[in-house]
Amino acid sequence: MFVRSLLALAAAALTGCTASTPPLESAPKPAAFPHDPYPSTYKAYPGRRTALVGATVLDGEGKRIEQGTVIFADGRIEAIGGPDTAIPAEALRIDARGKWVTPGIIDMHSHLGNVPSPSTGNDGNEMSGPVHPDVWAEHSVWPQDPGFSRALANGGVTTLQILPGSADLFGGRSVTLKNVPATTVQGMKFPGAPYGLKMACGENPKRVYGNRNQMPGSRMGNMALNRATWARAAEYKRKWEKYEKAGGEPPSRDIGLDTLRDALDGKILVHNHCYRADDMAQVIDMSREFGYKVAAFHHAVEAYKIADLLSVNGICSALWSDWYGFKMEAYDGIPENMAIVYAAGGCVVVHSDDANGIQRLYQEAAKAVAAGRRIGVDISKEVAWTWLSLNPAKAIGIADRTGSLAPGKMADVVLWNGDPFSVYTRPEKVWIDGAMLFDVTDPKRRPVSDFELGQPGEGDVK
Amino acid sequence: MKKAFAGIAVTLFATLAAGTSDAAYAEVIAITGATVAIGDGSEPITNGTVIVRDGRIVAAGGNLPLPAGVRRIDAMGKWVTPGIVAGFSYIGLQEVGSVDSADDRQASASPFHAAIDVAPAINPKATAVAIERAGGVTRAIVVPSATGSIFAGQGAVIDLGADPDPIMLPRAFQLVELGEEGAKGAGGSRASAQVMLRNALQEARDIAAGGHDRDGALLPRADAQALVPILRGKQYLMVHVERANDILGVLELKREFPGIKLVLVGAAEGWTVAARIAAANVPVIASALVDLPATFERVAATQSNVGRMRAAGVRIAIGTIDGMDAIQQRTAKQHAGNLVALARVPGATGLTWGQALEAITSAPAEAIGLGGEIGSLRPGRRADVVIWDGDPLENGTVPELVMIDGVEQPLDNRQTRLRDRYRPGDDAQLPKAYRP
Repeated sequence: MFVRSLLALAAAALTGCTASTPPLESAPKPAAFPHDPYPSTYKAYPGRRTALVGATVLDGEGKRIEQGTVIFADGRIEAIGGPDTAIPAEALRIDARGKWVTPGIIDMHSHLGNVPSPSTGNDGNEMSGPVHPDVWAEHSVWPQDPGFSRALANGGVTTLQILPGSADLFGGRSVTLKNVPATTVQGMKFPGAPYGLKMACGENPKRVYGNRNQMPGSRMGNMALNRATWARAAEYKRKWEKYEKAGGEPPSRDIGLDTLRDALDGKILVHNHCYRADDMAQVIDMSREFGYKVAAFHHAVEAYKIADLLSVNGICSALWSDWYGFKMEAYDGIPENMAIVYAAGGCVVVHSDDANGIQRLYQEAAKAVAAGRRIGVDISKEVAWTWLSLNPAKAIGIADRTGSLAPGKMADVVLWNGDPFSVYTRPEKVWIDGAMLFDVTDPKRRPVSDFELGQPGEGDVK
Repeated sequence: MKKAFAGIAVTLFATLAAGTSDAAYAEVIAITGATVAIGDGSEPITNGTVIVRDGRIVAAGGNLPLPAGVRRIDAMGKWVTPGIVAGFSYIGLQEVGSVDSADDRQASASPFHAAIDVAPAINPKATAVAIERAGGVTRAIVVPSATGSIFAGQGAVIDLGADPDPIMLPRAFQLVELGEEGAKGAGGSRASAQVMLRNALQEARDIAAGGHDRDGALLPRADAQALVPILRGKQYLMVHVERANDILGVLELKREFPGIKLVLVGAAEGWTVAARIAAANVPVIASALVDLPATFERVAATQSNVGRMRAAGVRIAIGTIDGMDAIQQRTAKQHAGNLVALARVPGATGLTWGQALEAITSAPAEAIGLGGEIGSLRPGRRADVVIWDGDPLENGTVPELVMIDGVEQPLDNRQTRLRDRYRPGDDAQLPKAYRP
């Protein structure tokens, strides 16, 4: 199945190349607008066939292999198994005894590039109005943000979703990136990843716009404006569907409603910033009212209060392990949040929303596991790793390509110098699509952004 | 805790009151069988003992004879350390962020700055006090935030005991901003911040000499008066700067004002001028894990900053100066643990385990002159003792017992109550609101 989807992708790419000479057809077809106007130009960097031998392997799907072997070549996982796994003769053999191997971490809530270090001024929130599904995060991402390299080298992060901020009810489109240094964001874009739509409920939109005496100035204002917007999106969708079926005069194009139409169709995944249990429940009802699905609630500090509801609805919760209290809607955060959501059968995702936190997501998972153990919820390390790779991959729609070490998937792999649930452990080597892009023992395998050149500390370990 | 300081107007360099007749303190307690870490930079001792009497540490180490009549706490398999001393915090000043009425960190509309004393604003019932206490934090350096001035005001040292008297040492220091924040507070540039500082200290000199010029003075009288103890070396001047040459500028102040006692805060680029900080013998409270050029004053930021400064002989403590972790002081142990991890990163400089614990216990205490009272298990120190369920610097370990001044503390808090209300496996016969 994986191979098939790859072929489909390749075919689509070819079609794209030849699209300048449209086929002649007798019946006039309604004009379609391009759905990928800012396409990825990322190509995997060269790697060599590599075998990591003797490691404790967490496969990202909930399995653990002691004295395991992971082999990758041509950017793909070739094999994963125990000590008896056959190792091709020409493979670079890396002794990983005493070390751990995992899939690369996926942070599905990052603002690297659009809220960079140092600040480029506001590039994260289009605060000129509360409804901005028309903005795209990728148009703000500064690829020279040194935060990307820290996330790679210290955090073992190989894929990230960059989201617009939470000032707006409809914040705009997200973009999913490979954590690969590039001069353009197109050079980082995860090929073929679906887009996400950032939404925000609760305090931020009503504070930002309420302070300007503008709607929304309250939670009910949030909901009213959300519903009005979805109603417009539904009408837009209907008009376009009618036109695409029957032809005639094309409806006028609306860049923002394009995004919402795709969200209603499930082609764009909805990522909703939402802290409080009652706010999340309102959003779930709203999604039913208009026929879309929420992929994940982000921040969700009260997910534990409605763990069953989230589980039944198949909505992931993207969580911190122990942040709380920094605003009213974060007041009830508890360290057992992840464990309680997990115990209810829910989809837990560890996320950062922070250029520092992204460097320690594995430690956040470790803290959450420990908190679970204290209330009798036992979560193994191999299961907890799904919170860092496969679950976020599912929530952002790339689980068929990465997020675990299953053969055929992208070779996004981290070799850790010990147990990654320990505070004393750091990434030793990181591969993205089979290319070694970080090696702790080799300063030449450590990215230095343009910004850092000629500055104090250039090329230093960070 | 009130007992030790009852009725005494404490100034920093006065002899601190010792002892009390409280009955709860009369008992002799021995914690035995644990891995004991003193908090003075030494490495942990296996099968160690900690002996507490009258709210103070009698002894800690291996092979200690137990006094007669001792109450023994078996801590086999556990770890025992001094309580964490939060190096830079808002504990008790803020109930919840983004709610102005519940946040006493800053006073943007106040006519006063240097005179602000946070001590009366610190609420021992703030939920953070109990939550941080359950995370092993027993003392905290509490700082105000500067707005509209380079002077943030006077910070305090508190204990996190479950009692109505949190203040251990009021007006322990004055916090001054002289980097980017200082420029902002002084009208827009670092140069103007320097003028503001010097003018303020000059007005303080004048007032100390009885020559305050009411008409020509820029500072309110109370602000000028508040700076007098700094000139006399009776109150620390804690200066927040990050950039290397800003750090050197602060060290220069000692030449100009020989009486002042400096503490550097932040110092993200401190490693680049570490030898000079060490030579000046100025202690530093730095964030452990700042490694991003979040602003132009920290382009050289690296997680090796703390380790390199210590290796150069700087008296270094950890405190989370900014970022989200600043209000989650119980993560200090995780930050310290991360510096131990650096020991295995080629090219990086970290800390040994013992040094890392020191950086979050005795080092912040020493930085503000309280190392003789708190922050370690050395004999005579206040018995702020934590028994952990494992290696305290490791992810996810928690205290099983927290003692402050020898008094065992409750560990329940708003988070544990929420947890218990919503923990899995309870049948709902009634709404959750009816649960304890």
